[in-house]
Amino acid sequence: MREITYAQAINEALREEMRRDPTVITMGEDIALIGGNFGVTKGLLEEFGPTRVKDTPISEDAIVGLAIGSALVGMRPVAEIMFSTFLGCCMEELFNQAAAIRYMSGGQVQLPLVVRTANSLGRSGAAQHSGRVEAWFMHTPGLKVVLPSTPYDAKGLLKAAIRSNDPVMYFEHAMAYYKVKGPVPEEDYTVPLGVADIKRPGKDVTIVSYSLMVHKALQAAEMLAQQGIEAEVIDLRSLVPLDVDTVVESVKRTHRLVIASEECGRAGVCAEVAYCVMEKAFDYLDAPIQRVTAKDVPVPFSPPLEKFMMPEAEGVVSAVQRLLR
Amino acid sequence: MSLDQAKLLHFYESMRRIRRFEEAAIDVFSAGKIPGFIHSYIGEEAIAVGVCGALEPTDYITGTHRGHGHCLAKGMRMDRMMAELYGKRTGYNRGKGGSMHIADFSCGVLGCNGIVAGGIGLATGAAWGSQVQQNGRVVASFFGDGASNRGSFHEAINIASIWKLPIVYVLEANGWGISLATSKAINLTDLSERAKAYGIPGVSVDGYDVLAVYQAAQTAVDRARQGEGPTLLVCNAPRMRGHEEGDPQPYRSKEDIEEARRNDPLRRYRAYLLANKLAGESDLEAIDARVEAEVVAALKFADESPYPDPEEALEGLFAEEI
Repeated sequence: MREITYAQAINEALREEMRRDPTVITMGEDIALIGGNFGVTKGLLEEFGPTRVKDTPISEDAIVGLAIGSALVGMRPVAEIMFSTFLGCCMEELFNQAAAIRYMSGGQVQLPLVVRTANSLGRSGAAQHSGRVEAWFMHTPGLKVVLPSTPYDAKGLLKAAIRSNDPVMYFEHAMAYYKVKGPVPEEDYTVPLGVADIKRPGKDVTIVSYSLMVHKALQAAEMLAQQGIEAEVIDLRSLVPLDVDTVVESVKRTHRLVIASEECGRAGVCAEVAYCVMEKAFDYLDAPIQRVTAKDVPVPFSPPLEKFMMPEAEGVVSAVQRLLR
Repeated sequence: MSLDQAKLLHFYESMRRIRRFEEAAIDVFSAGKIPGFIHSYIGEEAIAVGVCGALEPTDYITGTHRGHGHCLAKGMRMDRMMAELYGKRTGYNRGKGGSMHIADFSCGVLGCNGIVAGGIGLATGAAWGSQVQQNGRVVASFFGDGASNRGSFHEAINIASIWKLPIVYVLEANGWGISLATSKAINLTDLSERAKAYGIPGVSVDGYDVLAVYQAAQTAVDRARQGEGPTLLVCNAPRMRGHEEGDPQPYRSKEDIEEARRNDPLRRYRAYLLANKLAGESDLEAIDARVEAEVVAALKFADESPYPDPEEALEGLFAEEI
């Protein structure tokens, strides 16, 4: 199978869905003329024209408002918020409007909208350009939350998100756009929301992760294999819906769990996953659940500082070793 | 401006429906039958009625936390609205929204909104959707003077202007943001001057005068429908009651409240119709009786309707359940 980058996979998903469905429209800062700050939307303006592909002013609140309102009247908007930290500029629209409108209306309407955004820890973006804010949205009933790690998943999940009749927060990772390549079929396919994927099977310990951190978890599994430890790596792929069953099934086999994420640890995704596992598989655990996350500070700028506060493969290996000691 | 009698009487009936609905809601709220809060639209009837009078049934509106008037003027039913205020299952939102969040998408009401300025962004999105679909529909977004200080007002109107979206921004200037006088919140006497910042027309009208509102709204709606972009329509209508029911307004002088009440837009329009022989007493009494029957039926419907089953709290979050 041909191999393409994560960015190309997302671009193909957008392009194919826009060809397939004339109600799909897209807007955001710098997405049309130059094809996006990260080049993910290149060529869409040329193919679909300025009515369906819109550059917006720097107005994140209004971008999400445009998505909600156009979805309410029959469109399938895909909004881009350049960096996920900028979601702080439009939380009102996401939290009080997009998440609540369907429920609050007694189920009168659907909001088939996608907000694409980029997490970006690890590129010296400092505190305001190094977001990992998925936990905010996992904590907000009414939004689906998707974070692909591979080109295959990125394309299939985005197509599923666009076809979904619910609001979906779709977190890309800026460090994956051009560094992560992988096989992607040429024919149409989707990856359903809410189905985790075992990226590497193993019997000694389960490592649960998502987004770019999956690649670090896989590196860790490779390092552990050299020590004779077989780690199973599970990619959650979406946080809402959360595929607890796949994690629980794995833990029932391995009896040990490490949860790894680039987020801040406190009150985050790992804590939620740990609770779900405790609830359903407490008796199967042979050791306390470990979590590997970033430290609870705003992201620092200088590379040695950032590297120190970020979770890496070595941290995952240490966590596994603590479990097996 | 010449309007046929049917339209003039429709405006009267529509204003009367809002006034009586609100009075009835306040009564039952005081009696403890309605939970939450009531922000009454009394005194602003001419705005919703004048603006909605210029809209087609297929056009859209967004309302506010003070939004019962917007819903009724756009054609929503009193009984299902009252049931929603009660928190009953037969309410428009099945008891999940309440007073501040009533919506009827089949009627073009994209929702009232509990967040000040919360409807402006999504109204602008609906206008964009209409523009892409080339369906000729126009959006009217209602909000207050307080909302015009929020960033979402600025971001949305700017985009509507550069994209020439088919929308009318209706600023209901009631002079207050809860306890803060607009004169202490905005350094302008004429709020329509805010339109200059976006390169769009700004118009100020007497928000107690339904015909003045209608006329200005029709111009703005026509402009929007013709693809010429948005208008900021400021309707000045000093608040006749407290911010919400139960607000004794200690921050406001008695004279100020009295003056607003003296100018009561419904009483004024009734007098205008009679003085100019545009309607007879008997025409208006017939309307009053019809509205009264509708109010009585709405209260009975709300009273007799069941509450939702508690478990319904878990239904309807997603279109595709998880």
